[in-house]
Amino acid sequence: MDAFFTLLKHELLVTALIFILLLLKISRTIKNETLLPLIQLLLLINCAAGFFWNEQGSLFDSMFYTNPLIALQKNILNIGVYLISLLFTDWFKKTAHLAEFFILLLSALLGMFFLISSGNFLMFYLALELATIPVAAMANFDLEKKVSSESAMKMILSSAFSSGILLFGISIIYGVTGIINFAELAAVVNNSTIQLLAFVFLITAFAFKLSIVPFHLWTADVYEGSPMPTTAFLSVISKGAVAFAFITALYKVFQPVAGVWYNMLMVLAVITMLVGNFFALRQQNIKRFLAFSSIAQVGFILLGIGSNTANGAGAVVYFILIYIFSNLAAFGVAAIISAATGKENIDDYKGLYKTNPLLSWILALALFSLAGIPPTAGFFGKLFLISSAAAKGSYAFIIIAALNMIISLYYYLKVIRAVFMDKNEKPIEKLQVNVYAKLGLFICGAGIVLLGLLSWVYEYIQAVVQ
Amino acid sequence: MQNVLSIALIPLLPLAAFVLLGLFGKSFLKKAAGYIAVLFLLTATVLAFYTAYEYFFVYGKADGVYQKLVPFKYAWLVFNDKLSIDIGILLDPISVMMLVVVTLVSLMVHIYSLGYMKGEERFATYYAYLGLFTFSMLGLVLSSNIFQMYIFWELVGVSSFLLIGYYYNKPSAVAACKKAFIVTRFADLGFLIGILVLSYYSGTLDFNTMLTTLTSPESSELKSAVSGSFLGVSALTWGMLLVFIGGAGKSAMFPLHIWLPDAMEGPTPVSALIHAATMVVAGVFLVARLFPEFALSAPEALQVVAYIGAASALIAAVIACTQTDIKRVLAYSTMSQIGFMMFALGVSDFDNGGVLGTSNLGYTASMFHLFTHALFKALLFLGAGAVIHYVHSNEMKDMGGLRKHMPITHITFLIACLAIAGVPPFAGFFSKEEILLAAYKGNKLIYYIALFTSALTAFYMFRLYFSIFWNKEYQKHRNNQHGEGGMVMMLPLVLLAAGAALAGFIPFGHFVSADGKPLESEFHLAFSIAPVVLGLAGILTAWMLYKKQNERPDKIAASLSGLYKSAYNKFYVDEVYTFITKKIIFKLIGRPAAWFDKKIVDGMINVTGSITQTISEKIKGLQSGKVQQYAVYFLVGGLILAVVIMYL
Repeated sequence: MDAFFTLLKHELLVTALIFILLLLKISRTIKNETLLPLIQLLLLINCAAGFFWNEQGSLFDSMFYTNPLIALQKNILNIGVYLISLLFTDWFKKTAHLAEFFILLLSALLGMFFLISSGNFLMFYLALELATIPVAAMANFDLEKKVSSESAMKMILSSAFSSGILLFGISIIYGVTGIINFAELAAVVNNSTIQLLAFVFLITAFAFKLSIVPFHLWTADVYEGSPMPTTAFLSVISKGAVAFAFITALYKVFQPVAGVWYNMLMVLAVITMLVGNFFALRQQNIKRFLAFSSIAQVGFILLGIGSNTANGAGAVVYFILIYIFSNLAAFGVAAIISAATGKENIDDYKGLYKTNPLLSWILALALFSLAGIPPTAGFFGKLFLISSAAAKGSYAFIIIAALNMIISLYYYLKVIRAVFMDKNEKPIEKLQVNVYAKLGLFICGAGIVLLGLLSWVYEYIQAVVQ
Repeated sequence: MQNVLSIALIPLLPLAAFVLLGLFGKSFLKKAAGYIAVLFLLTATVLAFYTAYEYFFVYGKADGVYQKLVPFKYAWLVFNDKLSIDIGILLDPISVMMLVVVTLVSLMVHIYSLGYMKGEERFATYYAYLGLFTFSMLGLVLSSNIFQMYIFWELVGVSSFLLIGYYYNKPSAVAACKKAFIVTRFADLGFLIGILVLSYYSGTLDFNTMLTTLTSPESSELKSAVSGSFLGVSALTWGMLLVFIGGAGKSAMFPLHIWLPDAMEGPTPVSALIHAATMVVAGVFLVARLFPEFALSAPEALQVVAYIGAASALIAAVIACTQTDIKRVLAYSTMSQIGFMMFALGVSDFDNGGVLGTSNLGYTASMFHLFTHALFKALLFLGAGAVIHYVHSNEMKDMGGLRKHMPITHITFLIACLAIAGVPPFAGFFSKEEILLAAYKGNKLIYYIALFTSALTAFYMFRLYFSIFWNKEYQKHRNNQHGEGGMVMMLPLVLLAAGAALAGFIPFGHFVSADGKPLESEFHLAFSIAPVVLGLAGILTAWMLYKKQNERPDKIAASLSGLYKSAYNKFYVDEVYTFITKKIIFKLIGRPAAWFDKKIVDGMINVTGSITQTISEKIKGLQSGKVQQYAVYFLVGGLILAVVIMYL
């Protein structure tokens, strides 16, 4: 019974939060102004509690499996969720159904936790659905906007399709081997044609979630139509969780066919980076811009995953941690501006520095980090990804990746130029930034600067991974 | 022994000035910003001179050889026993020399800017940026680890980006800083990949360890690095070439030089600091730092260094003869002089066991020229700044006859011109003579190129000098009330002029040489005749053409119209780049991608959209025809993947 509580701690905590919110919601009406700080506090406690009593073990006949690395991954996601609750304060205050939004969000988070911890295809599939369906509802949360409903519809249809293919793949594997347990499956996986076909179907499901080209088409529409917190959640937390699960699946279960998926990942990484970058170049809407640039970032994650070493896995975890801070900071600034003025175009950002220096600096830090310019953390994240790929010897891909870093530098600088250098007759007026949002921005900014400079963060992650 | 604190303070003081002025410059310290920065830098300069004295005369030598000392090292990120990223201090003759050069020139620029930048709105910000730049540059030269150097290398890039773009409301300045940043970033990419290659083969990032493992013939690392080859060239040579690309980008070597002339959009004192004395020589410093590795293990790469250097020297000198913007003339002249330093390294040998080997002469000559060039080129830029300050224009045609209006500037500028033209006994004569001698011994072709280039140098420098100070009578403008510039602007000019006149007498070879042993510099009177005569001929030509206003220069330009025009247009290198980026990259990749997106993707969506419309009315109402299209792509993508995996 003890093991049940310690091993399942992260999941139990999130479930408890969901029930607290549910009970609060049905018992009385609470104003958003009071509810939101409470939620933030609860999430902070949740975040902190995640770091204690992490053990290794499995439950439910090895359907559920956890170890310190998995606990660390869950903690990273927890941090991201806490930051979301801070950064989007303005939007949360306005929404009519605050409790419901967080119930949905936490349900999706619960799904992700089970996804990372799953030791069995059944669990894996259920968790993936749990991580997806609430997000579709969250995409619909700008109730008065038609685009919001449209994006929710698109998301649910696309993911239903993806799930169908995934199930098809799982059933082929089950049909061929009669096994759905990961540990046992690893012993019987081989590169017979039918298994490879099933494997490709599985990969497409991951590719869909990570918006790897050509499975990315839903991304831009859904990102643009959804409310800002949902977009941030989708592009940061959800991608992180799926990337973690992807590593487990490839390294643990499909290790025998590593030669096959290595080539596939590299090709996908290159296409993804190129397409993401070339489309990001043309975007005017900041949300679409961040969406395509995040597609390009996923290309780099694939490069790290492809290295197929514990070192590479550590580099990916480290990169995702940094990516959460950088991308959330960018989304946070965009959200503050969008909530106050409704402006979401890059052209509207011209001259922002004159009126809002704090927001401008945070945005610049975030974009520099995303572009991978030293000494921001993003540089180190990319560096370790690239060097883990170098250890594998994929030099051609490294050169392509490095060239992509330059292309991306161009469009990130374009935004920075708009903010700092371009003139504007009517810049966005001086905005009063909410204190919680400010706290969130400061945490992100500190993370972007310190995560790279404090070497023990990386060393700690590598130690946990080994 | 070495006092770590006093050495560490040298880079940290400018950093402190940056932090202080960056945080409080706008509010509390607005008035005093300049003085505070000067004070910090003055202390750093004194410490640098003290360190240099201690190193060269007290503790640097052991058994008559200057040692590479590492007084401080902190393992910042440890990968394994050998491979770690450290933050450390490396003291050897070149890093100590650079300490002196950087702090001295930076101090001069700090003082000079008190007058030049007075009244600027972002005065404190300017000094904060200067502090950041000085810190990064000092960190770069002190780095004990190649990765540490890379980090400072990037920081130098960022701070110079800020300084070039200082006049941020001037579109040309913004364009220039972006160009400089992107071009050098591109080169830095080569550097980074080079670092990865070198560290992969040597198993270390530490300079000292790397140099020993990759130069001793017995080491297994060297054997594997030389044997692994790609396109017929050994992996080590590739690594060194990639590192050199990084250096060539920062040092504005052909064909990566295009950012340097545009970077003249920054404030003139900044050009003196960054684009004359410090940042642009970082590439030379990098090659010198890895010199044994180049010379012993990758001689092919060193050949490339030599030819790129010589080509840059010649091309830049030809272009400089035709430019009319005085700062651009100086920019091309800088590029040309750095070309001299590069090929001097390129023609040098490294003879570790030799006794007082003169084969190592190129190395010493290059460093010597770096040292003297820093002094007289900074002086030229600061002088040009004073002129621009006075006439409010960069164009030669607006100047002329200024010698009576600006006597101090005139004399100091003349000294600098004589120094760069290689007229004895000024500093440039000695260092250039050594370079020519090294080239004569190492590579005859390069020697003749260098000889011709130094004649050109004398010509275009005196063309500049006569056009500014003689030529015609100066028409005083009404808006021209102030004089030559105050004490703060003249003092650096005079100090630097003293340096430019006298620095040649330093027995440089005693202090700086490739292997740490003192090098007797040879001096052959007969050898010096050719370059000096050619230099004087260049000066004489300039005197005839430009001393008085006349039509001869135009006539000559007309008779050489093809060459003149292409040189005036900088041999169209910028146009070539524009052609490649605009016409080839954008057209062949960007446009098709846009076209593909517009016609194929959207087109197919439209076509299939209309089919789906008839099939399902409800979903059409939700505008979700597209989603099915997405599904098709999804499926096709998945099937292609499957086919690729299973059958290829």
